[in-house]
Amino acid sequence: MLGVVRQKMLGQSLPKIRPVVSVLRSYSSAAKQMTVRDSLNSALDEEMSADPKVFLMGEEVGEYQGAYKISKGLLEKYGPERVRDTPITEAGFAGIGVGAAYYGLKPVVEFMTFNFSMQAIDHIINSAAKSNYMSAGQMSVPIVFRGPNGAAAGVGAQHSQCYAAWYASCPGLKVLTPYSSEDARGLLKAAIRDPDPVVFLENELLYGESFPVSDEVLDSSFCLPIGKAKIERVGRDVTITAFSRMVGHALKAAEILEKDGIDAEVINLRSIRPLDRSTINASVRKTNRLVTVEEGFPQHGVGAEICASVVEESFAYLDAPVERIAGADIPMPYAANLERLAVPQVEDIVRAAKRACYRSVPLAAAA
Amino acid sequence: MAIWCRVSSRTIANANHMRKFINPASGLSPALNRGRPLFSDGNRRHLDSLPRNRATRVWFQRFKSTLAEKQQDSFLSSDSDEDLQSLQFPGGKVSYTSEMNFISESSETRVPCYRVLDDDGELIPDSHFQQVSEEVAVKMYSKMVSLQIMDTIFYEAQRQGRISFYLTSAGEEAINIASAAALSEQDIILPQYREPGVLLWRGFTLQEFADQCFGNKADYGKGRQMPIHYGSKKHNFFTISSPIATQLPQAAGIAYSLKMDNKKACVVSYIGDGGTSEGDFHAGLNFAAVMEAPVIFFCRNNGWAISTNVSEQFRSDGIVVKGRAYGIRSIRVDGNDALAVYTAVSAAREMAVNEHRPILIEALTYRVGHHSTSDDSTKYRKLDEIVYWKNARNPVNRFRNWVQSNGWWSEQQETQLRNSVRKQLLEAIQVAEKAEKPPLSEMFRDVYDYPPSNLEEQEKHLRETISRHPSDYPSDIPV
Repeated sequence: MLGVVRQKMLGQSLPKIRPVVSVLRSYSSAAKQMTVRDSLNSALDEEMSADPKVFLMGEEVGEYQGAYKISKGLLEKYGPERVRDTPITEAGFAGIGVGAAYYGLKPVVEFMTFNFSMQAIDHIINSAAKSNYMSAGQMSVPIVFRGPNGAAAGVGAQHSQCYAAWYASCPGLKVLTPYSSEDARGLLKAAIRDPDPVVFLENELLYGESFPVSDEVLDSSFCLPIGKAKIERVGRDVTITAFSRMVGHALKAAEILEKDGIDAEVINLRSIRPLDRSTINASVRKTNRLVTVEEGFPQHGVGAEICASVVEESFAYLDAPVERIAGADIPMPYAANLERLAVPQVEDIVRAAKRACYRSVPLAAAA
Repeated sequence: MAIWCRVSSRTIANANHMRKFINPASGLSPALNRGRPLFSDGNRRHLDSLPRNRATRVWFQRFKSTLAEKQQDSFLSSDSDEDLQSLQFPGGKVSYTSEMNFISESSETRVPCYRVLDDDGELIPDSHFQQVSEEVAVKMYSKMVSLQIMDTIFYEAQRQGRISFYLTSAGEEAINIASAAALSEQDIILPQYREPGVLLWRGFTLQEFADQCFGNKADYGKGRQMPIHYGSKKHNFFTISSPIATQLPQAAGIAYSLKMDNKKACVVSYIGDGGTSEGDFHAGLNFAAVMEAPVIFFCRNNGWAISTNVSEQFRSDGIVVKGRAYGIRSIRVDGNDALAVYTAVSAAREMAVNEHRPILIEALTYRVGHHSTSDDSTKYRKLDEIVYWKNARNPVNRFRNWVQSNGWWSEQQETQLRNSVRKQLLEAIQVAEKAEKPPLSEMFRDVYDYPPSNLEEQEKHLRETISRHPSDYPSDIPV
């Protein structure tokens, strides 16, 4: 009912609110650009330089400069004792990393993609996540598991799954999903400094993207808090939550929606566990509508958890059912046309936001 | 198919041929004999031995590396067969032959096992071992007896319903205590779950064991784990974790950390025969060798993995032969011979710490007890087999005979010790049973380093619920 009233109001011309597409903080006018790849590389470099206990381990991280060149130059700078190329055994090097962390080193373990972390998942869950609790604080595990997560382009089912929901369901772990270069730098530094095990989910397609970074972000002591989401774009009509690459899609969708008179608020989750429920709920209480966006499979996904949280805490504020955008409930197909249909596109987010605003829209995507 | 070692002159002779004495003057044994094969099938050399006296301190042996593999990095050896020429491949030079020969799946004879005491606890003539003082020997024996009694009493307590679960180390007392005795306090232990004797040696009290089994307030694990999952940071004994073999690559990781810190200590990780089938066994050993990590992998080959006999677990000659596959120095030892275990672990430790290398020790033994209180092993093995090992091949009796023959132990001390330990255990159980359980305030701690807001909320919510419905909350559990 309220939604109908709102709809009518939106139909009238309202003073246009200039959307803030880039980051909210006011930076110095000459903002530098930095790729996500360089952000991660610089964060690793600075943390390794600051703390001799930090070391990097994974397949191809040393001589090859990293499978995605994230660890470029680090072997040369820090030597093979601190940048270790490992044999091909995810279970092996995850276990070794956990052991090293038990003893007090701070390993950063790279999985070539998180799909391969499945071969090490026992160490991540049963050893890393649970040890501090099971040993009553005697064995802490200050480890970071990082690597690309989610779909890339044309890599098929075993290279495209998003593991955010899997890891975020396990207490004892912290799960982070950076989007921009600022996120990458700040969250990776926070993860390395954190005494708990952190799963750091990057995205291959974001590595090459550039974002503006302020001097504050470039400072070596820069750090973002774990568990705080970021409002990338302030809005009034509908809340769109997203993480990782989908934040970019959500922002593009917001631009399109603006032309149709819908002012979307885009939240970059940054942290899946702990989930910033208070920011999400505060936003929904303001806009009364919610669209969750994620790349991963819909069942038991991040959107499902957000929806439950909002229903539990802000039910009275919802004017429309929560819309969930997720990847198709199938193993990722390889063919380019099928892949495009299996991963959320900008148009899907636009349509979902319109549905949440009770606009009539076609249900399915055009092939 | 029980596994046991026969004492024969051939065994002893073979064992002798495997050893190399250190010339104390030269200091470094690896420097000797470099380039000459020491031990290869059918090519045994008897080495000149220094004079030794069984009763006095004997020379401390080092096990030579598999020098047979270390080829000269130059031209073809002139004295080799015409067929043997050499090729360069990634991984180094390898000779080739035009005769096609498959390496046999097993060697003609099994790897012999090192033992020093015979089944009656008599010292085998001309055996080499590291002498132990009266004090250490008596302590070792006392701890073996304590472990035996502790196992019996806790097992009974489980059967009476006082604790939920227990698992004994019956038959493996020598492995537990003797291996621990050969280490230093700084060496880090990553156990499987059948090594509580190592903690016992290091000073964990019977009360502390009982507290963990009862999961009370005094438990270092704060009641979070099943019984027998002991852990103690101050004793350098990592909390026992149920998934099998995960401790092996972790041990390699810790050893790597020790190496980076330049500590004069090593890691000792225990595994059973069954656990060596896990992928982590391969990863852990392979990695430790590549990283040159100071870790001892101690495999307790007790013949049974719950109901799976070793003949169904692997087709290799036990575990010791797997060491060579990873480039790891290995030894097979009679796990029921406390002196042999002690000597082997001491030697292994020295090599691990000083040479930064992993060592594999396979200790042959027999699991006298059931797998755990959830198992009845008479369902899959013969009762007389169990009885035979319990009586005729008992490691505690064997070691007692040796200690007694040295005049260091008497029947009276035996009775006193057994009574005293039994009494202490029964008291410890009573105390542990009556002690308070861990309070509610501990339930949400240690999930993370610092409690996050969602857990604080959960706890707050729970406390509010309890205060609203106090009759639904058990009155004997503190908040």
